[in-house]
Amino acid sequence: MIVQLTVNGEDRHAEVAGWESLLWVLREQLGLTGTKGACEQGECGSCSVILDGEVVCSCLVMAADADGADVTTVEGLGTPEDLHPVQEAFVAEGAVQCGYCTPGLVVAAAHLLETNRRPEPDQIREALSGNLCRCTGYGAVLRAIEAAREAM
Amino acid sequence: MSVETRHRIRGGVGESVTRPDGVPKVCGAFQYLDDLRADGMLWAATRRATVARGRIVALDVGTASAMPGVHDVITFADVPGRPYQGQIVPDQPVLCDGEIRHWGEAIAVVAADDPETARLAAEAITVDVEELEPVVDVERALELGDVFRHFPVRRGDPEARGDVVVEGFYEMGTQDQAPLGTEAGLAVPDGHGGVDLWGPSQWTHVDHEQLVACLGLRPEELRVHISGLGGAFGAREDLTLQTHIALLALRTGRPVKQHYDRADSFAAHVKRHAARMWYRHEADRDGRLVKVEARMILDGGAYQMTSQAVIANAATFAVGPYRCPNTFVDAYVVRTNHPPAGAMRGFGTNQACFAAESQMDRLAAELGIDPLELRLRNALEPGDALATTGQVVTEPLPTSEVIRSVAALPLPDDEPGDDPLRLPGGTGLTTPPDRVVRGVGYAVGIKNLAFSEGFDDYAEARVTLTADGAEVHTAAIEVGQGMVTVLIQIARSALGIENVEVVFDDTSKIGSAGSSSASRQTQMAGGAVLRAAEAARSAALALAGGDDLDDLGVWRDGELVMTLAELAERGPISEWVRFRHPETEEPDENGQGRLHVDFSVAAHRAVVDVDPELGLVRVVQIDIAQDVGRVINPVQLRGQIEGGIAQGMGWAIMEELVFRDDGTVANPTFTDYLLPTILDMPPVEAVLVEQPGTWGPFGAKGMAELPTVSVTPAVVAAIRDATGKALRRVPVRPEDIVFGDG
Ligand code: FES
Ligand code: FES
Repeated sequence: MIVQLTVNGEDRHAEVAGWESLLWVLREQLGLTGTKGACEQGECGSCSVILDGEVVCSCLVMAADADGADVTTVEGLGTPEDLHPVQEAFVAEGAVQCGYCTPGLVVAAAHLLETNRRPEPDQIREALSGNLCRCTGYGAVLRAIEAAREAM
Repeated sequence: MSVETRHRIRGGVGESVTRPDGVPKVCGAFQYLDDLRADGMLWAATRRATVARGRIVALDVGTASAMPGVHDVITFADVPGRPYQGQIVPDQPVLCDGEIRHWGEAIAVVAADDPETARLAAEAITVDVEELEPVVDVERALELGDVFRHFPVRRGDPEARGDVVVEGFYEMGTQDQAPLGTEAGLAVPDGHGGVDLWGPSQWTHVDHEQLVACLGLRPEELRVHISGLGGAFGAREDLTLQTHIALLALRTGRPVKQHYDRADSFAAHVKRHAARMWYRHEADRDGRLVKVEARMILDGGAYQMTSQAVIANAATFAVGPYRCPNTFVDAYVVRTNHPPAGAMRGFGTNQACFAAESQMDRLAAELGIDPLELRLRNALEPGDALATTGQVVTEPLPTSEVIRSVAALPLPDDEPGDDPLRLPGGTGLTTPPDRVVRGVGYAVGIKNLAFSEGFDDYAEARVTLTADGAEVHTAAIEVGQGMVTVLIQIARSALGIENVEVVFDDTSKIGSAGSSSASRQTQMAGGAVLRAAEAARSAALALAGGDDLDDLGVWRDGELVMTLAELAERGPISEWVRFRHPETEEPDENGQGRLHVDFSVAAHRAVVDVDPELGLVRVVQIDIAQDVGRVINPVQLRGQIEGGIAQGMGWAIMEELVFRDDGTVANPTFTDYLLPTILDMPPVEAVLVEQPGTWGPFGAKGMAELPTVSVTPAVVAAIRDATGKALRRVPVRPEDIVFGDG
């Protein structure tokens, strides 16, 4: 079937097969490879996108079910010339190592700061508890989000 | 006469320079292996063994090959060159050679139009297996004589006796590196019988060497390129999908891509060795070690991979960073029918550290001496001999200082159970605050830096001055650790030029930089870059007759005499260096000699809260003091420390790849193989002890492994302190805390 999506503000269409997840369609059909898949089982959060205002694991959403949805991916948050405050803070605080978890973390953190302007450290940790990072030990991630909170 | 003012260099050694790939990574624009694509590319999928051991009695790829959209299927018989791979001993069949030797072994690989077709075709392959009794017990493997390497240490007097003796048996489960990026790669045929390959690598030149042998290519027919990796931690030391996709690309004439799912990834890459260790420590009444005896058996799994080098580390660091005149170790790494073990952060030192540090705590208790005081009385310092190999420590080694520094850090000032959000069991609300017991534990680790045992360890780099700056060329691999930033900082400081870019060359363009492992690239790739940059600076000054260099050009007596553009036109200046560290030796038959070039030490302190009734643990705080030589990039260094601690803590309390009795893996998913989340990770305080070494750039030492090494025993020591349980095995499970012996 053909699905229609609004992705990062743009109207996009894709012909999808039954097995295709939203993650697959974003990456392979729409060329938005910023969103990563590290488990495809809803366990790691590296595929996080904002779907109709909620953070979801795009690996768990069948593309067919997302027809008509509004999707924001990491590419829609900021650009190298105009970084989102969360992106800027991730770079400055050293919250990026291999960076494979980063798009998912950045999307989840940006969404958190949108819905809660002044999250406490515990609220930040709670909000990001579904995002695995194997490199940083999360210390710099936490510092980055606190810095972004102050900057926003 | 020039009126320009000289550029002040920023972002050199010692500053928290942000990484050049940071912005692309936060924007989703950085290219990882799984993002690579090529026109007309096919997708590969792998058929794997579901048993740990068996004989393939029938293998039929007919149905799969005939499926629409399938272009090729390869099995063992199709490997054109040497059908075995392995970087030390080539004993791993490129594809199963008829005998299945571990769960998850690759049997056949399909190339098809899309990944779903490839997956379905791989499933359609008929594999009839006659199951055989797997060897799953390391003692049994030893009895069978299936030993990859026995590393003996015989030093001193076997009859020596101490006043007190403690004996212990310790066990460690298998850990997986679980890098977030699974293995992926792309192979593109060049149209002339050769191929370009992008694959998950920590050392492209050693991959190249193996791949040309297996593919039957001339060296110049294969170029191994570097692309973005989603972490490594040792998992990319050995080949996984590279041989398969390169072969499929050569056979089909089409680019071939593969991206492993998590189950494939768990099956395909090497693991950290599970271990069993028996120890006997003897000391005098003052706590001075008189004799240490150890017998350790590491589970090497089905193929050799880097096990031979891992066991040398386990054996030579069997005592830890302590003096001991009489040391006797028998360390074995054996073949079983588990998935192959190989490199993981710490590389054999972690297992030894867990057992030896557990022993030191027991010895302290036996003697009634404070555990830190006992360690200080035995601390290995420059001028002392390593307890195992007998080699004298010639570089700085601040063992006492790291112990004292970590002990001096403040402890958390809350009372256990104060904060209901921070109880063991977390939001499960399982634990009333008054049941929480706090424990504190310490451990000290030691690790060799760079390659050992006489290996010709070198790194190449080229520094080229361009019209507006400098390029650093290297084949050293950025796995996420931040090496790229460190190389830029070293080049800047050595050149005096700020605009430095790192270019990652393929195997045809530059020689080996060695592996991004063994805590070696800051010193090795960095050492090569330092020397190449110094040579380029000298050449520029000589050419222009100047006395200083910066981003504008060459200066003499405060005047700009030649711009970089002019220099590039006249030159071009391009300096190539092959850097080697001071030589090491192979061990003699008693394990003696100067096996290691250099060492680093760290001390950890862990604070935990435990619910002893349910066996739940919450790690409250972890602190570290580490010997780093000289800090090149404070923010990145802290990142390595925190990340390393998370991995070592994970092994202590949650991470284990579980093998069933039949040798198959029970939990190859992130649902069942638990990794620390942000809720599990405590705050970390770090003291960086800077005593510059003599051969690393600006005195820096490699540092990325040690944060993982001694944290595991420190966390377990803290749980012992809270519970009084013996806890001889990691990961510590709730039942060990509730039902384990005291
Ligand atoms: S890939 Fe979707 S949660 Fe892991
Ligand atoms: S930076 Fe590598 S997984 Fe988070």
